[in-house]
Formats: sequence, structure tokens, C-alpha cells
Amino acid sequence: MDDLLADFLTETNESLAELDVALVTLERTPDDADTLSCIFRMVHTIKGTCGFLGLPRLERVAHAGENILGKLRDRSLTVTPVIVSQVLAAIDAIKAIVTALSTTGSEPPGDESALIAELNATANGAPHSEPALTQAINDATDKQIPEEATAPTPDAARPVADDAVPKAVGTNPSAPQAGIPAAAQTIRVTVDVLENLMTLVSELVLTRNQLLQLARTQENSAFTVPLQRLSHITSDLQEGVMKTRMQPIGNAWNKLPRLVRDLSHDMGKKIELTMIGADTELDRQVLELIKDPLTHMIRNSGDHGLETPAERRAAGKPETGSIVLNAYHEGGYIILEISDDGRGLSVERIRAKALSSGLATEAELAAMTDSQIQRFIFRAGLSTAATVSSVSGRGVGMDVVKTNIEKIGGTIDLKSSAGEGTVFTVRIPLTLAIVSALIVEAGKERFAIPQLSVVELVRASRGSDKAAGGNTSVIERINDTPVLRLRSRLLPLVSLTELLELGTEDQGETTAHVVVAQVGQQIMGIIVDRVFDTEEIVVKPVAPILRHVTMFSGNTILGDGSVIMILDPNGIARASSVSAGTESKLLRHTVIEAQTTTDKTAMLLFRTGGSQRMAVPLGLVARLEDIPRAKIELSCGAPVTQYRGRLMPLIAIDGSLDTGRPTQPLLVFAEGDRTMGLMVDEIVDVVEDTLEIELGGVRPGLLGTAVIGGEATDVLDTGYWLMQAWEDWFRGAPRKGKADDQRHVLLVDDSDFFRQLMIPTLGAAGFRVTAVGSAAEALRLRESGALFDAIVSDIEMPNMDGLEFARTLRAGGPWAKLPLFALTAHADLQHSAIGRDAGFTDFVGKFEREALLACLRACMAETVAA
Amino acid sequence: MTTDTLHRPDAAASATASGDDTQVLVTLTVADQLCGIPVLAVRDILGEQVITRIPLAPPEIAGSLNLRGRIVTAIDLRRRLQLPPAPQDQTRMSVVAEQGGELYALLVDSVSEVLSLDGSLFERNPPTLEKTWARFSTGIFRLDGRLLVVLDVARLLALAGED
Repeated sequence: MDDLLADFLTETNESLAELDVALVTLERTPDDADTLSCIFRMVHTIKGTCGFLGLPRLERVAHAGENILGKLRDRSLTVTPVIVSQVLAAIDAIKAIVTALSTTGSEPPGDESALIAELNATANGAPHSEPALTQAINDATDKQIPEEATAPTPDAARPVADDAVPKAVGTNPSAPQAGIPAAAQTIRVTVDVLENLMTLVSELVLTRNQLLQLARTQENSAFTVPLQRLSHITSDLQEGVMKTRMQPIGNAWNKLPRLVRDLSHDMGKKIELTMIGADTELDRQVLELIKDPLTHMIRNSGDHGLETPAERRAAGKPETGSIVLNAYHEGGYIILEISDDGRGLSVERIRAKALSSGLATEAELAAMTDSQIQRFIFRAGLSTAATVSSVSGRGVGMDVVKTNIEKIGGTIDLKSSAGEGTVFTVRIPLTLAIVSALIVEAGKERFAIPQLSVVELVRASRGSDKAAGGNTSVIERINDTPVLRLRSRLLPLVSLTELLELGTEDQGETTAHVVVAQVGQQIMGIIVDRVFDTEEIVVKPVAPILRHVTMFSGNTILGDGSVIMILDPNGIARASSVSAGTESKLLRHTVIEAQTTTDKTAMLLFRTGGSQRMAVPLGLVARLEDIPRAKIELSCGAPVTQYRGRLMPLIAIDGSLDTGRPTQPLLVFAEGDRTMGLMVDEIVDVVEDTLEIELGGVRPGLLGTAVIGGEATDVLDTGYWLMQAWEDWFRGAPRKGKADDQRHVLLVDDSDFFRQLMIPTLGAAGFRVTAVGSAAEALRLRESGALFDAIVSDIEMPNMDGLEFARTLRAGGPWAKLPLFALTAHADLQHSAIGRDAGFTDFVGKFEREALLACLRACMAETVAA
Repeated sequence: MTTDTLHRPDAAASATASGDDTQVLVTLTVADQLCGIPVLAVRDILGEQVITRIPLAPPEIAGSLNLRGRIVTAIDLRRRLQLPPAPQDQTRMSVVAEQGGELYALLVDSVSEVLSLDGSLFERNPPTLEKTWARFSTGIFRLDGRLLVVLDVARLLALAGED
């Protein structure tokens, strides 16, 4: 409160000084709307702040003044010297109170009702003869003086404010001496001046560095000693100027308790906000920039993260949720942790949302880890709140937060576990003005990489033909994509030379350096030719004509006077699409194609049993995993692994276990809570192709052979392998009831392959399936009197397509009321509207097995209930 | 530092000394063509400079250089005017101009004297002038035995707004 009051007093004193000038200007130019609204604003601000700080007396005067000014602004009153005098009188009264306030810290007793009455009368347009009014004002002011025993007179206060202090203290001996604001100890300097000073110091640092570099080449120079002194002074100066810009982070936090209080009130939640490390200092420029993201994140934690008291009780947690804000220094950076003990991020919900909003395809999601999926909240257009509240949930937010933090060279990361809460970790540089950077060389050019993002440096030899002798790592290539084994993990690499199109890499050079950089949660390696040392650099923005090159965050001048570009690791990650996972490049390709073609299916290609090439529709694969060999255990002689807290049977297609390699790639198939891992030798690719299967004459476990990507490829029969893993996989569901209780589904699809695929899938889920190859065949079945519980039909079929089939069925006959589901490769909204008009109950994407089963089960449950 | 300022023309003095119709131009050559830039637009003339290449930048941008602690973007005038590149061994000079608070250096083959030219010698661009040249030229001065193209610095530097 003291701080707030001091701020208010400083500001108000400034406004008051300006008001005097502005009012006099107004008197001379009564029609100046700008001046008038400026005056109005200032008085309005004073009034508003008074109300906030609980200063009723001041507020009343300011309010009366504002009234008149409002009328003047609306032109319902005209500016006359009388009115100006009246307003000036009000300002004087305000000044008197403010002066008293600054000495005692509280409003002096007394009131200005006479003055206020005058002001209100004028505001209401009461006619006054001029001399009478002036008299009235004089009276009012005169009357006021004796009444205000404790406050100094306006006249006394006006010439020298400081004079008023002893006077006020004298008249009010009980006023605490400590209440006097330290006006002499602080001066308000505009930020521009400080910024300018900082720029100059930055330049000085650069020049100093240059001089030092020169001096290094000359030994025993007479300059050495003075130069050293200059260097020290420069460092001190730099530190001093930096200090002027430093503010405790608490300044950005002071609005948060109120925010949390309102939030808990609005949401009916109990929230406790704990703030640790509020006195951690950082550059005010940075402070300003993180204010909004911070507010947003706290709001999110309260709104989405924390549960209602009832939910918390049910989960066995204390009713009051807690949000902890923690700030501390760590190696030239500020770490900000925002944690809550709420429900944590729901991976499933984010996955579904990412899918429905088109941010990723099922296939992309299948290959992602939980933490990668959670990071989707940083993408535009994704909000996990089920409903949009006034507080949050509009899907704009975390992406803005991330962009803003990255803009200032910071990073944001999150860790969340279901039921336990979420921790956001923001890492921001202390200052934006001077950063420490690593100088590297690639393609004969030098670049600076901000030290913030550099994790480590690794020396690696180029070319895999060289046997990895000794401890040097080798850069290996997968189809031209360089990777590096780093402590038993595969590190995706980008070649700076190639990325920046600086020509081809110098193959003559046998060793390269890999700068391991962290961007968000992703780690990538940047291949450079040489690494020099680190240098303090002053980031200067690049020329406007170069802004579109996102690979650079700025440029600077090095100690030797040369200009150097500063690399932006975020930009590099984006350009090489490392941040979206290594497979994304590949997958994005297929996604684009999927939109233009309809009959194509995304197929996952892999090798197994020697070098046999096999394929499986990507939509059937729940996840791709690579587990360490050591994690494979034996259960009754069959390989299993512990997967997400359960045992998962592992199946090898060729029946043998290859124990030679350290890790085992797996295709994970899942249904409900059952999972199965198919061990393969290598995951090759994801391709988009039409599937034409030549059936027959193949061994069990294969649907047949198809030409995919120009090569003969065996297509896996998933159903067979599911059966191998769980013998009761197919029997699981039917066991619940008698055989004739089994629901009968008619499948209409012209593709042999698809029918082959769906029969075991639906069978596995406990349905009896009859499959036909065309709508005509299905209609024949209807004529013959066959009965089904539901129909699943393809849309694109020769002769009679799905839509026409649906219309025909709905037109009448025994099947007119049956649930009818459409399978389509493009389940967009417009399409489903057409489909619903035609009579389909719902639309399901092809290969969205879970979705189809859910639809079927839901409609069956309904028919049973009915 | 390799910055050596050759001469800084006393622009204000020469401009006021001449009449309304007189233009004061810094003359320069690029691929044997004599060109002129209004002297008031010129901040500095530099000799051969160390230029840092900027990867992925538009081809016209030769790189950036350090002018007394300020970073200046260098634009290759030959490329800007779609002329053949300069021979490898040729030393090049720069004319520094300011646009929107940023400094730009125009790389030219050579810079010669400052001329004060009478307005009667000035002519608009001939309509047949090649499009690239017509875009960057405000007009032509007829000199004794040579023609001088007056370059429009603002247009030359308006790289970002194009396309």
C-alpha cells in the first residue's frame, strides 16, 4: 500500500503541474478539444486512483472537477474564465490534500463541500454573475483554510512543495516523520534516457572488446595498463547502467493476487497463490515483456489446471488448490516456474483436439510421445477447456505466450502428470542488451549462437566409412539425414552449411563440431566446421530488408570489428522442422497428399524377417516405439515388455528374437486397454499409395502382396497377429453374452483389402460381420430377408455409391431404421452434412477403428435400451 | 579498422550556393555507366570494405559491414541494376545512404567527383530506356561526351517493399 501511495503521489504531482499549464492554455484557446480532453483525462485518472486507494475526500473534489470538465468536453458548457478559475480552485484543493497526504500518509480531515457545491452548480448550468462567482470561489477557498487546520493552504503549497513539509509537520505533530517520501533520493528518468544510456554502454563494451583484441597482439605495449583500467571501468559502468534498468520481478506480480482472488471467486474454486523470489531482479524491458504471458499462464492454471473443491475432494486432494510462482537466477538467466497441483494436462483431450482442429494427423500423433502431445497447447487454435469461459478457453493464449517468450530469447517448457498438476518452466535472459554467444564457423563464414540455447559441444568425425576409433562420435546418415549417437540417444542433426546454403560441406575436413542446442524440449545438433570462443555481444536488429530470414535473430560487431550474424536456434529448428519431431517432414508430405487424393491410404513400411518389406495401414497402428532390448522380458517363454504400467505381449513376425541390437523397434496395436507390440527390424517410411492387393496363396498373417511405392510389399493382416498375441482377443467381447446375442453388422465396401481388414477388426470387438462388395449385393440381402443391427458402408463405390445406397435404404423397407455409418477418407464437416441428409447416422474416417467401434457400440446400446 | 573515408562532400554549402535548377551530384561508375546520386542523400563514401556475407539474403544484398560501430547493409548496385557481376579482382567502393533510420551501402565500381550541374542539361528518361534502369533513374544529364544517369536512391533501397 505504501508503494502504491508513493507512486500515486509522484504521478499526481506531475499531473497537477501539467494541469496548471493546460488549464491556462485552455483559457486562452477555449476551443482546443485536445487540451480539454487531456485535462479531463488527468483529472479522471486522479479521481479513479483515489477511489482505488480509498481517499474519499480527494475523490469528491476530483469528481466535482471532472463533472465540469465532462460538460465542457461535451460542449454543454462553454469555457469561460470563471469556469477555468473554478476548476483551478478544485485543482488547488486537490494539491492541498495531496501535499498533506505526502507528509502524513493519510487524508487530512476537513471537507470542500462549499467548493464542490459551487462546482456542481456550475456543472448544472446555474447562472452566476461573474464577480459574484469569483467572490464565491474566494469565499470557498477562504473558508476552507481555517477549516483545514492540518493541511497547508494551497497558496503555501504551490510555490515550493518542500516548504509545505515542515509546515505540515508543524501543524500536525503526530504525523510520523517516516511517512515523508524519499523524494530527494529518487528522480524519475524517462525510459528513453536509460535506453539511450544502455545503447551507449553497449557500444562502449564493443569498442573495449576491440581494443583488448588489438592489445593482445602487442606485448609490452604502453597501452596495456590504461587499457586494463578502461576495461574495468567499462565493466563497472555496464553493470551500473544495467542496475538502473533492473527491477524486482515482484513488480510484474503485484496484480496476480487480485487476479487469483477474482478467479477463485468467479470459478467457485479455492486457490492459494504462493510467490517465491519476488525480489529477483531483471531488466525492466524483459519485465514488461513477460508481464502479459505470466498473467495469462496464472489465469490458465487457475481456470484449466485446478479442479473444483468437489473434484479435488474426490481425488483425495485438499480442497484448496495451490499455484506456486517461483523465480530465481541461474547462470545469467531467470527461471520462472509456474506450478499448480491440479488435474494435469489430459493427453487424450489434447490429442483429440489436435486431431479435430487439423493440427496433426492420427499418424503424426501415433508417433509422438506424451510430452510432445502436451506441447500442442503451445500451438495456435488449441484450447483444452471443454467450454469457453470468460476467463480462458478461446484457444488463443499459450501460443501467444510462447511466441512472446521466444521473442525475448526465452524458452518455455512444461511437465505435467495426470492428477498431479502441471509445471511450466520459463527461462528468460536477464537482459536483452548484452548476451553471451558462441562463435562458430560454417562454410567459411562466422556466426554467433546465443549461449542460452547451447547445451554442449561434441566433436564428431564425418563420414561413416571410418570405423569409429576411440571415443570420437561419428556423424551417421539415414538417407542423407545426418544423425549422431549421443549417450545412447539419436540426436537429429542439421548442417549449418547446408541450411544456410553456403555450398556443400567440406568433405576434406574429417572432423566437425556439433553444437547441441535446446529449443523448447527438443534437442538438436547443429553441425559446424569450427568453434571459436564465447564473446559478449550486443544484439542489434537486422536491417528491415532481411527480416524475412528467420534463421537470424540479429547481428553484431565482434571484437575484431567484423560484422557477424546471430543465429536463432528457434528459426533453425523451424526451418529444419526438428521441433515437430523427426518424422514430421515425412508425414507432412503425406498429409498434403491425403487432402488431394481420396483412394490413397497412408501405409507404414517396415522391414522384418531378414529384409522383407512389409506394410500396414498407418491408421491401425496406435504408436511406434523403440524400446531398449533389456526391457524385453519373458513370460511363459513368450516375450513381453512393461508398457505404460502393463504387460504387453510382443510378437515377432518371423518368430525369432534378434538379440544383436540394443533397441527393438515396435509397432504397437491397441484396443481398449489391450496392447500388442509387433517386433520389426526397421521402420522404413510412411507412404501414401493406392492399395491393390493380390490375395490368395499367401502365408497366414499376411493379407497379400501389393505394389507400394513401386515395390512389391507384403501387407500385414493385423487381425491375425492380434489373435497371436491375445488368444482371446477375438473372443473377449462375445463371451459376455450368448452367440445369438452377438450384434450383426453388415459391411459394404468395394475394396477387398478393406473388407479383409474390417472383418477381423469388427470380429475382435465382438460383432458378427457380413461383408459384401457392393450396394447392389447389400440390397439383394435385404430382399432375401436378412436382418442386421447396423450397417457400415463405404461412400466411394462404383455403380451405386454410399450416398445413393443410404437414400435407397431410408426410402423404406425392413432396413429403413437401421443405424447406418459411412466410412470415408475425408470426414470433413461439409461432407457429413450431405451424408446426414442422405440418411447416414454418422461419419467415421477410414481406418479410425476406435471411432467406428465407439459409434457402433453407442448405437447398439441405444437399440438395446429402446 | 579498414574504414577510410575518402572525402565527405560539404553538401550543405554546395547545395545552397547553386540555384534552383542546379543539381549537385556525386558521380560514380557502375559497369562503365556514369551515374549520379544527389549529394544530400549521401552520408559517406567508403573505400574497399570487409563485407560479411549474409546467407539466404536476397541476391542484391552483398552483406553487411561495420561503419564506425554501425552495421550497414551493403547492396550490390550491379546486381540491383541486373548487370553482370564485377570481376573478382576489382576493388569496389561504397556510397552510404540512409533510409528509414537504417544505413545502406551501395557497392559501385568507383566514385569520382561531385558535380554541380545546370538544370538545362537535365532530361526525363527516354521512353525506350530499359525497364530496370527506368525504374531506378529519375532522369539523364547530358554531359560533354557522356551521359549521366541520376539514380533514385529511395527506389534502390526499397528492397523490402518490392515483390
